[in-house]
Amino acid sequence: MAADLAESIIERDEFIVTKGKNKKQLKCDADSSAGCVSQRACVYCGARVVLNPITDAIHLVHGPIGCATYTWDIRGSLSSGAELYRNSFSTDLKEQDIIFGGAKKLAAAIDGLVEKYQAKLVFVYSTCIVGVIGDDLEAICSAASRRHNIEVIPVESSGFIGNKSAGYRAAGDALLRLIKPFESTVVEKNNSINYLGDFNLAGEAWIIQNYLRQMGVELNVTFTGDSHYTALKSAPNARLNIIQCAGSMIYLAGKMEELYQIPYIQISFLGIEDTAASLRNIAAALGEESMIVKAEELIAKETARVENIIKGYRAKLEGKKAAIFVGGGFKAISLIKQFREIGIDVVMIGTQTGRKEEYEIMNELVDDGTVILDDANPAELEKFMMEKGANLLVGGVKERPLAYKLGIAFIDHNHDRKHPLSGFEGAVNFAEEVYSTVCSPVWKSLTSLGMGSGVENHG
Amino acid sequence: MLDCTPKDITERKSGGIINPAKTCQPIGAMYAALGIHKCLPHSHGSQGCCSYHRMHLTRHFRDPVMASTSCFTEGSSVFGGGANLKASIQNVFHIYKPDVMAIHTTCLTETIGDDVSSIIKTAEIAEGKLVIHANTPSYVGSHITGFSNMTKAMVSYLAKSTSPEKKEQANIIPGFVNPGDMREIKRLVESMGIEYIMFPDTSGVVDSPMTGEFEMYPEGGTTVEQLQDTGNSQITLALGRFASSDPADLLNKDYKVPVATLKTPIGIKATDALLMTLRNSFAREIPKELEIERGQLVDIMTDTHFHFHGKTVAIFGDPDIVTGITEFVLSLGMVPLHVLTGTPGGSSSSAAGSFEDDINGMLKGAGIEANVKSAGDLFTLHQWIKNQPVDLLIGNTYGKYIARAEDVPFMRVGFPILDRSVHSYLPIVGYRGGMRLIEMISNALLDRADRDAKDEDFELVM
Ligand code: SF4
Ligand code: SF4
Repeated sequence: MAADLAESIIERDEFIVTKGKNKKQLKCDADSSAGCVSQRACVYCGARVVLNPITDAIHLVHGPIGCATYTWDIRGSLSSGAELYRNSFSTDLKEQDIIFGGAKKLAAAIDGLVEKYQAKLVFVYSTCIVGVIGDDLEAICSAASRRHNIEVIPVESSGFIGNKSAGYRAAGDALLRLIKPFESTVVEKNNSINYLGDFNLAGEAWIIQNYLRQMGVELNVTFTGDSHYTALKSAPNARLNIIQCAGSMIYLAGKMEELYQIPYIQISFLGIEDTAASLRNIAAALGEESMIVKAEELIAKETARVENIIKGYRAKLEGKKAAIFVGGGFKAISLIKQFREIGIDVVMIGTQTGRKEEYEIMNELVDDGTVILDDANPAELEKFMMEKGANLLVGGVKERPLAYKLGIAFIDHNHDRKHPLSGFEGAVNFAEEVYSTVCSPVWKSLTSLGMGSGVENHG
Repeated sequence: MLDCTPKDITERKSGGIINPAKTCQPIGAMYAALGIHKCLPHSHGSQGCCSYHRMHLTRHFRDPVMASTSCFTEGSSVFGGGANLKASIQNVFHIYKPDVMAIHTTCLTETIGDDVSSIIKTAEIAEGKLVIHANTPSYVGSHITGFSNMTKAMVSYLAKSTSPEKKEQANIIPGFVNPGDMREIKRLVESMGIEYIMFPDTSGVVDSPMTGEFEMYPEGGTTVEQLQDTGNSQITLALGRFASSDPADLLNKDYKVPVATLKTPIGIKATDALLMTLRNSFAREIPKELEIERGQLVDIMTDTHFHFHGKTVAIFGDPDIVTGITEFVLSLGMVPLHVLTGTPGGSSSSAAGSFEDDINGMLKGAGIEANVKSAGDLFTLHQWIKNQPVDLLIGNTYGKYIARAEDVPFMRVGFPILDRSVHSYLPIVGYRGGMRLIEMISNALLDRADRDAKDEDFELVM
């Protein structure tokens, strides 16, 4: 493998830097090159991930079957109410639809579904093929909207016009349409806040909602974890937007500021340090004395509760090395800090869609010698993890078996996470998860099998 | 939970799908291509499709799945993807160095009409490297069709006939099954002492052992030499006609290799048929060890038949697997009430009839009337079950929603299984696979019986 790599790395040179070594700028946010084993997803994927947690909507994928099958309930977004979003709806385009257009079929599918499920909200996702056959989603959706007197919103997510980030934007546009007040309604401001960029994976949004409640902050609606039609409609009433997953939400937040005069602040609930800072920032932004006091109380109470547990893990994990390969840059930044809290150094860090500013922050945070890379392929991940002696990889579905094959521990910080990783309890879960994989006895079996010198316990 | 499904069955005018029981062609093509040694599957289209297919296969096999993509941009969708594909061919061999690059199309490239075979013909391909391709539009067929199409491409691009005399060897096309099944089929054939070429063969690729190193191309897979040699074989066994009969027919047409199209060897009858065909074609005896295995399976069936008799069951999944499972549960005395596949019709060019005919034929023989459907979805299956409940549901992971909503014991078989592990290592084919299936069915039914039993009915011995 190593010999082959030399060449691949020459070609992708601009997308990889080592801190301290090269002064050059990392190249990012470019299209992947033809013929690569890219880990990247498509526009539709980005849009679907953002909108899917809206629980009482019909998410109808206009396209051939696959695009719908692969996104059927794969995101572990939890709901406290409706479960409609967990079904998979597709127009299942066939050859004749490709030739004659899929408009009729789409209209009929919307009619059938609305009748069956009595939904108030339908999202119609466009896939690559629809962009090519040219169905007029806008017209079909507004006709259906009038017919049923509900909201039928097209999501312009044809996949080839960019990567996941473009999908976030398409989702943002769909959300803006959704929250647009009806002509007859006047936006009445209240004292609440919107929480943007939490998809309630493993119930994470609920943890944060609970903190806010304890601080006396009224949460208006979460975009989009465990949200529903009526709650989302009230979004313009809020006083402040807080954004957790910036990659997917910054566009929407900007627009909401422009249209509804809602200012926003970026926060992060990953790790104790960032969680505490975020709660303080929220209280400060709202400016109410009582909230500031309660935030401090909450932080003191929670920190005291988890500090020792984290310390315990830290003692066991001190000196281990982590590699990070996640979707967005913002998450990567938080992870660097969070690893520091449990005594782990980050030796390699990469993202699928990180932006330039984010890479700059990462570069500041990490130690000299850390490899930073954009849109990595598996061979690169392997090379740098081995070279840098990583004990642990943080990644998504496709990276998991790769890490395991190398005898490297793994945690999923994406769709497949099983425990909430937000807030103070999330920090504990995170440490626990890292510990249970890095220090698992399974790695010992590798050496005792005596399968040759290649197998070492990196844990 | 998830119980939004209405019980009343109304006609569905739209032709859309609610909760699919199939997926798209390219993933089947990708899986088939992984069964060629040192082959990199290539997805000609946008990067999203490729990413989804890899992710899905990775979740099922829990092993790395490698594939490259043409990474379409807006420009390529307007001007055609020729340039992207040519660049891909160059880059793939340069960077990832496979022996074979197996290109499949996606809906997008099919719709804009890229002529992949001409693009390949005019592309620069390094000495000694091979490029094959299959057209896999997802608006036709399903992932099974895609598997069949890529397997067919192995024949059309690589197979040869080097002498008029056929060799004493069998081609075996296992169909869209797990590597554990492929290993078991190979073991059966080997124990009869027959030379064979299995293609595609994903064992050793997506069930490769842990070595502490990441192998882009693990040891398994059918070699190019073997694929070339398929034209010289004396017979092709196509196991499961939806996934396997098209490539077998092509071998027959081009190189006069006779075909035996058999069921996927699930259960006694289908496994018998496989072994008898081998015995008759190669004049070999069935070895003692297989006789013993068969006897053991029959013994187990008789020991336990009272657990199964008259129990109703719903079965869904891929057509070849569903056909095999249906036959097997019938042989246990169970009563299939609902049998459904998402894959449409019969395999495109085979004259062998349709899925619905096959299943109805078997059911008729057993005097059972049931709901049978191809090109169905899980919404339909759920409605059927609401109207006519069953004791057991058999199918892939997606069945868990129905199982939960209706509180039915659920047994996972087929593709994909995303929420359990080990399934891809252990066979459901052959006599041993039959034993495993019985164990799975018993566990599902009897665990439930134990859970639900009143104290006074709770029994130690069952
Ligand atoms: S576009 Fe076609 S090939 Fe791609 S995921 Fe969708 S159905 Fe599959
Ligand atoms: S067709 Fe387009 S939208 Fe569908 S999965 Fe492929 S890239 Fe994504």
